[in-house]
Amino acid sequence: MGGYFVANSSINWGVNGIAFAGSYLSVASFLGICGLIAFFGYDGFLYSIGFLAGWIIALFVIAEPMKRMGTFTFSDALNHRFNHRGIHLAAGISVLVVSLFYLVPQMVGAGVLIEPLLGIPHYWGVIIVGTAVILIVAVGGMTSTTYVQFFNGGLLLVFAAILTGAVLMRGVTTANRVNEEGSTDLQNFQYQEISAELAGEILLVDLFDAQVIERYATVDSNTGMENLVLYHISHLIPATPLAENQYSVSIKGRTIPFSTTAGDSFWYVEQMDGLPYLRIQDWWRLIPGEDGAYRLIETQFRAVRPDGMVIINGAPEDSSIRLRQVGGISSIPAIHGQGTGAVGPLKMLSVMADPETTILQPRSVVFTSDAGDRITVYYNQPVSGSVFMRPGLLFPLEAKDGEPATTTLLNRLNFISLMLALFLGTAALPHILIRYYTVPDPDAARKSTIVAIISIGLFYIFTMYLGVGAINSGALNPETSNMSAPLLARSFGEILFAMISGIAFTTVLATVSGLIMAASGAVAHDLMSNISRHTFADNTKVLVGRIVAVVFGIIGVILGIFFRDMNVSFLVGWAFAVAASANLPALVMMLFWKKTTAKGIIASILVGILSSVTLILLSPDMWARYGLNPAHAPMPINQPGIVTIPLSFAILVVVSLATAKKSPETTKKLEVKQSIEV
Amino acid sequence: MKQKITRSHETSEQRKSNIGVRMTILYAIVYSGFVVLSVFFPALMGVESIFGLNLAIAYGLALIVIAIIFAIIYNLLVRIPNTPNTSQALQQPDTEISED
Repeated sequence: MGGYFVANSSINWGVNGIAFAGSYLSVASFLGICGLIAFFGYDGFLYSIGFLAGWIIALFVIAEPMKRMGTFTFSDALNHRFNHRGIHLAAGISVLVVSLFYLVPQMVGAGVLIEPLLGIPHYWGVIIVGTAVILIVAVGGMTSTTYVQFFNGGLLLVFAAILTGAVLMRGVTTANRVNEEGSTDLQNFQYQEISAELAGEILLVDLFDAQVIERYATVDSNTGMENLVLYHISHLIPATPLAENQYSVSIKGRTIPFSTTAGDSFWYVEQMDGLPYLRIQDWWRLIPGEDGAYRLIETQFRAVRPDGMVIINGAPEDSSIRLRQVGGISSIPAIHGQGTGAVGPLKMLSVMADPETTILQPRSVVFTSDAGDRITVYYNQPVSGSVFMRPGLLFPLEAKDGEPATTTLLNRLNFISLMLALFLGTAALPHILIRYYTVPDPDAARKSTIVAIISIGLFYIFTMYLGVGAINSGALNPETSNMSAPLLARSFGEILFAMISGIAFTTVLATVSGLIMAASGAVAHDLMSNISRHTFADNTKVLVGRIVAVVFGIIGVILGIFFRDMNVSFLVGWAFAVAASANLPALVMMLFWKKTTAKGIIASILVGILSSVTLILLSPDMWARYGLNPAHAPMPINQPGIVTIPLSFAILVVVSLATAKKSPETTKKLEVKQSIEV
Repeated sequence: MKQKITRSHETSEQRKSNIGVRMTILYAIVYSGFVVLSVFFPALMGVESIFGLNLAIAYGLALIVIAIIFAIIYNLLVRIPNTPNTSQALQQPDTEISED
C-alpha cells in the first residue's frame, strides 16, 4: 500500500526536491504568470513573489514535523496528539476541496495550450490531458507521479533558463518582428492610423464612402469622462479580382480570398469607376490629438451575431481568419536607437522600466452593439515603462481622481488579502504536503524543501524575463494571456515553440497527477475508514484510491471546460486562499499552541473551507461569471483570505478553549484556591 | 541529531523549531514591508533604487533571493551538532539571525 500512496517513502531527497518544483510549478506559474506580466506588467510578478515566499513557512515550520508525525497524509500529523477520527474526516474533506480548486486552473491551462497547437476545440484539450493524467495516477501511483514531477521540474528550469537567455540576447527593441504563422504580409502590416474631424456629432473621416453606424464609449465611473471612444464604420476597401465572382481583399494584413456566387451572401462587392470594392464594417478607436484634431486607429474585433455567426475583423471566422497577435514596444530611450541588442539581466529590466519606453499593453472591451451583436474590441494601449513595471495595472492601489475612498480601500484590501493567502497557502497545499511522505526521514524532508526553494526561486526570477520578453515580442494572443509563454517561444522559432509547448503539457500532467494523488490518498486513508468505522484491507484501499483518481479526474475535466477563459494564476489564487484558510491555522496551532484540542482543529478546518468557498462564490468575479452585475456582489472583494484566515485561527482558539480538558495543574490550582477560600 | 541533550532542556527538534520560527518571523517582516510599500506608497515603488532598477523590481527580486539565502543558512544552522561541547555554536547562530 505504501508503494501506491507514498512510493514506499524511498525517494531520494534531491529527486524529491526537484519533484517538489515540478509539482508546485504548475501552469499557473509557467503560463499564468508569464501572461499576467505580459498583459499587466509588474503585477504579474507579485504572484511569483507570493508563490515563493510561502515556501519559507513550508521549510521552517512545516517540513520536518510533517514527516516526523505522519506516514501517509497530513491528517496523520494533525491527529498525532489526539487520535480523533473527526480530524481525519475534516482534513480529508479539506484535501478534496483544495485539490479541486487547484485542479480547475490546471485543466483550463491544458485546454488553452492544446487549442492552437492541434487546432482542436478547448474542451478536447481538457479531455485529452484529463485522460492522460487519470491513467498515470490510477495505474502508476506515487512512484510514477514522482518521476513525472521530477522530469518536469528539471525540464522547466532548463528551458526557462534557455528562453530567458534568448530574451536577453534579443534585448528591448521596437523592431517589428511579429512572427505570425511565418507569413510575411502579416509581419509587414501596420495598423492604419488616419486623421479625423469632429463637426458637432458628425465624424468626418478619410475612409472611402464611409458611414458611421454606431458610436460606443466607456465612461470612467469616477470622473464621468469618456476614456475609450469607438466608432463602428461601414466603408469600402479595394478588392482584387481573381476570376469571375472571385476576389481577394487584405484585412489587417491578411489576404482573404472570397467568392460572390449565390449562397454566399456575406461578401458584398460594389463597382466604383469600373473597379471592385468590398463593403466592410469595422471598429475604429478615436483619440483626441492637438488643436481639436482627432486620430482614428484601427482596432481588431470579434463579433458574435444573434444567429451565432462569428465575425473576426469584418470577415467570417474560420481557420485562416483569426485575430492578429498584439503587444509590442513602440519606443525606447533614444540612446538605444531601434533596439538595445543583447543586454544583461538588470539592464533589461531598467530599460523596460524607463519612462521613455512605451509599451503597447493589450486591452479589450466587451459590449453589445445596437444590432444586438456581442462585440469584443481589442486594442493596444500605450503605457509608459515606468508605469508598466511597478504595481498598479492589475491591482489598482493608487487612489484615482474622483475615486470614492471605499473603492480605494477595497482595492487595497483585495491586494493585501491575496498576498496573505499566497504567503500562508503554499505550506498548506495537499499536493505539496504529500511529498513529505515520499522521503525516508525528517532530515530528507528538510533537505528536499531546500532544493525546492532554490530551484523554484530561480524559476520565478526567470518568469520576470519570460513576461517582459513576451510583451516585447509583440506576439501575444489578444484573447488569452495564458498562451504568452509558448507564443514568446515561437517568436524565436518553431523548435523552441515545440519544446516549450511540450513542457507545458508535462507541467499540467505533473501538477494534476500530484493533486489527484492527494485526493486519492485523502479518500482512502482519511474518509473511507473513518466514515464507515471499518478497517479496510490494504489492497481495498489501493483499489479505492485508483477509483477516486478516475472520478476526481473526470470532475476536473468538466470544471476545466466551464472556466475556460479565466487567467490560470488568478484561479490558483483562490486555491491558495482556501488552503490557507482551511489547513494552515490547524497545522500551525497544533505545532505551537499546547491548548489546541481536536474539536478546535476540526472546527477551524471546516469553518476555513466553508467561509472561503462561500466568499469566493459571492465575489464580484463569480457574479460576473453568473451573468450578474459584479458591483452588486454581496462580497465586495475577490480575495477572501484576509477575512477567512483570521476567522479560522479565531475559531480554533475559541473552540479549543471551550472544549479544553482541565489539565492536572489547573485542577490543583483550583483546589488550592478553594481551600484558601474555605 | 535526534538524541536528547541532558544539560539543556532543549531537544534538537525544539531547537530547529526555534530557529525556524525566528527566521519565518524575520522573513514575514521583510515581506510585509513590501506589501505595505505597494499598498500605501505605490508611487515610491516606481522610484529608481539600486542597479538602475526601480524599487518594486529590486525589492521583489530581493524577496526571492533572500528566501533562497535563508534556506541555505537554515540548513547550515541546524546541521551544527547540538551537544554540550558545542553549546557556543548554538549561541552563535541566534545572534547571527538577529543581526541579519
